Amino acid sequence: MAQTKSASASGRKPAAKSASKTVSKEFSGKNTPEFGKDDDLHAYREMLLIRRFEEKAGQLYGMGFIGGFCHLYIGQEAVVVGMQMAQQEGDQVITAYRDHGHMLACGMSPRGVMAELTGRQGGLSKGKGGSMHMFSKEKHFYGGHGIVGAQVSLGTGLAFANAYRNNDSVSVAYFGDGAANQGQVYESFNMAALWKLPIIYIVENNRYAMGTSTARATAQSNYSMRGVGFGIPGVQVDGMDVRAVKAAADEALAHCRSGKGPIILEMLTYRYRGHSMSDPAKYRSKEEVQKMRSEQDPIEQVRNRLLEKGWASEDELKAIDKDIRDIVTDSADFAQNDPEPDASELYTDILL
Amino acid sequence: MPIDILMPALSPTMEEGTLSKWVKKEGDTVKSGDVIAEIETDKATMEVEAVDEGVIGKLLVEAGTENVKVNTKIAILLAEGESADAISADAPKADADTPAATSDAAGGKAREASEETPVAAKVPAQPKIEVAADPDIPEGTEMVSTTVREALRDAMAEEMRRDGDVFVMGEEVAEYQGAYKITQGLLQEFGAKRVVDTPITEHGFAGIGVGAAMSGLKPIVEFMTFNFAMQAIDQIINSAAKTLYMSGGQMGAPIVFRGPNGAAARVGAQHSQDFSSWYSQIPGLKVVMPYTAADAKGLLKAAIRDPNPVVFLENEILYGQHFDVPKLDDFVLPIGKARIHRKGKDATIVSFGIGMTYAVKAVAELEKEGIDVELIDLRTIRPMDLPTVIESVKKTGRLVTVEEGYPQNSVGTEIATRVMQQAFDYLDAPVLTIAGKDVPMPYAANLEKLALPTVGEVVQAVKTVCYK
Repeated sequence: MAQTKSASASGRKPAAKSASKTVSKEFSGKNTPEFGKDDDLHAYREMLLIRRFEEKAGQLYGMGFIGGFCHLYIGQEAVVVGMQMAQQEGDQVITAYRDHGHMLACGMSPRGVMAELTGRQGGLSKGKGGSMHMFSKEKHFYGGHGIVGAQVSLGTGLAFANAYRNNDSVSVAYFGDGAANQGQVYESFNMAALWKLPIIYIVENNRYAMGTSTARATAQSNYSMRGVGFGIPGVQVDGMDVRAVKAAADEALAHCRSGKGPIILEMLTYRYRGHSMSDPAKYRSKEEVQKMRSEQDPIEQVRNRLLEKGWASEDELKAIDKDIRDIVTDSADFAQNDPEPDASELYTDILL
Repeated sequence: MPIDILMPALSPTMEEGTLSKWVKKEGDTVKSGDVIAEIETDKATMEVEAVDEGVIGKLLVEAGTENVKVNTKIAILLAEGESADAISADAPKADADTPAATSDAAGGKAREASEETPVAAKVPAQPKIEVAADPDIPEGTEMVSTTVREALRDAMAEEMRRDGDVFVMGEEVAEYQGAYKITQGLLQEFGAKRVVDTPITEHGFAGIGVGAAMSGLKPIVEFMTFNFAMQAIDQIINSAAKTLYMSGGQMGAPIVFRGPNGAAARVGAQHSQDFSSWYSQIPGLKVVMPYTAADAKGLLKAAIRDPNPVVFLENEILYGQHFDVPKLDDFVLPIGKARIHRKGKDATIVSFGIGMTYAVKAVAELEKEGIDVELIDLRTIRPMDLPTVIESVKKTGRLVTVEEGYPQNSVGTEIATRVMQQAFDYLDAPVLTIAGKDVPMPYAANLEKLALPTVGEVVQAVKTVCYK
């Protein structure tokens, strides 16, 4: 990150000059280049893994293996998969509690995630974190946070560390349309812009903060504009199209790596399931959900492309499906049979 | 193999529900994600989605059935190419009149196991914390009269020289040289990269500090006063203190939150509060509250090196006070160890931070009256060095605690409880706790005085426990 020299992390520099008078001029995010065969096949696999994993998690919840809260990512898969396809080794990821998809996309083991959901010793947090709290230093995944909006300041701290170390990494901080109304998000925007920190703020706008639609919760429902007051450019991205996400991610990462400071990507996406397992989702119509599923499903889009272009046959896709189901079944079997953490774990990992 | 569809749990507390409606009927093809039924829980009517694909072979529970237990088989799904004939052979009990009685073995076992756990498993003993004693100060070591302010600055400067990952951030820490001049000169020595002025944005910069710490840096976050840290307390507790545990030990936050805490003088209710007992309740935090300049220096150096989050509570009134500090290259004190400020045999006073100023004066007055008090400076509130307190109580049989914070759930009441539980037989009198009064801090000079503890109160308390 050439431009982020020591002084830029100091707070002594004057605020960044209004980075974008017309946001779209500097940063379009509107390119949707076609994927090649490999990218499409990769995206298909990755998104399908998240979809099948989450369905299985929902089932295990229903059977009582998973307790407490369980927030499924079904419908939003293209966002994290598209972002991950553009990132490079060392880029950090942080998110809130709808986090299973992010962990799988980061390459964390399905067994480890599922066993954490069931609270077993082989879980990524030894069963002590649960659905909302998993971490991986190795995969640069920093959680897994249960307080809405807190991860935005923490993610900005990861970017601060990148600037401090003068390395080339970018922090990717995910939050929802609900978290976008929290005060600390704007405190973080201000400092990130002031110090030109390398961070992409991803607003996963799935239209509902639990049961409250964006229309009922916000005076400015174009979340890409939430950084205007700080000179942070932002764009809206079709978060149901993995190609659009990847293209926006490429551009945003280049922006951050070139030392231009933070950027906002508003991903227009949709969650099919309720907020958590116990949410009957009465705040929206069945037709609305069905319309998204049938017309914009991120996985179906890729599947159709693969078939149309002749990049995969029905049989080949079936083989991928089976492969994914096997991985998910294996993780579920492991998560059901792995022992609970030993009682002696109660008092470990409190202090180093 | 036909797949069993089970009655799902649809909330953290659901045990049974009403199968109100079948959306699919026998013979229908389902894909994963299709709604197959509606279930009424104690909270709401929920849709049940299929996970697996196939054809509904048989519905086992009629629509409208109430009190269907979680994990009861409610339907059977046939995979591609399977016929309904397979069902009777594979699931002979499925047609029973009491579907609630059949439950999936695996799921059922999991629940039983979790219910048994609290009874079967013993709560392991809380591990004992071993803390090293203070390092010996070699004979002949020069003692330098130093203010607490200078001692804190020296501690930060020494640690910043030692480790490039240490930096300090906060409001007015750099160009202004510190609102209370604690960071004086640091900007000149270490530059703007490591001495970072922040906007007035406690919640935000506390979170940024914790995030930087999670990635391995060692931030010192200065709060202009701890009153403002209430804006940031979520990041201190939910992010800094709990991450190590929630990550199963993978990732923690080596960070120091420091600044003046407690009442200064005549600054009113919102700027005069002692947070020692608040933070001391949180597992995953260390809480340090020094009184002398030597302790301030040695413990701040230890706090910066500590791999855990440390809340370091200073006091504005103490900043300008002089104490002897040993002139040593690297003077580091152990966190979690009390210091016996004065040996005595008649009664024990335990205090910490600015509370010590009352205690020290009271001890001198009591000495004149022939009462020989042992005075313990706790120094660290968490982990608390209770063994040192108990050893003293075993000797004196009498205990008074002194602090400025509010009286309910104070550090003193915690000490009193634990001494009562662990050294009851040694006590010759009830433990008395001297604290601030149970009021927001008033502004008027006379009322402010009344709201704080006094030396007289401490003297009287010691006489009371000595029955004198």
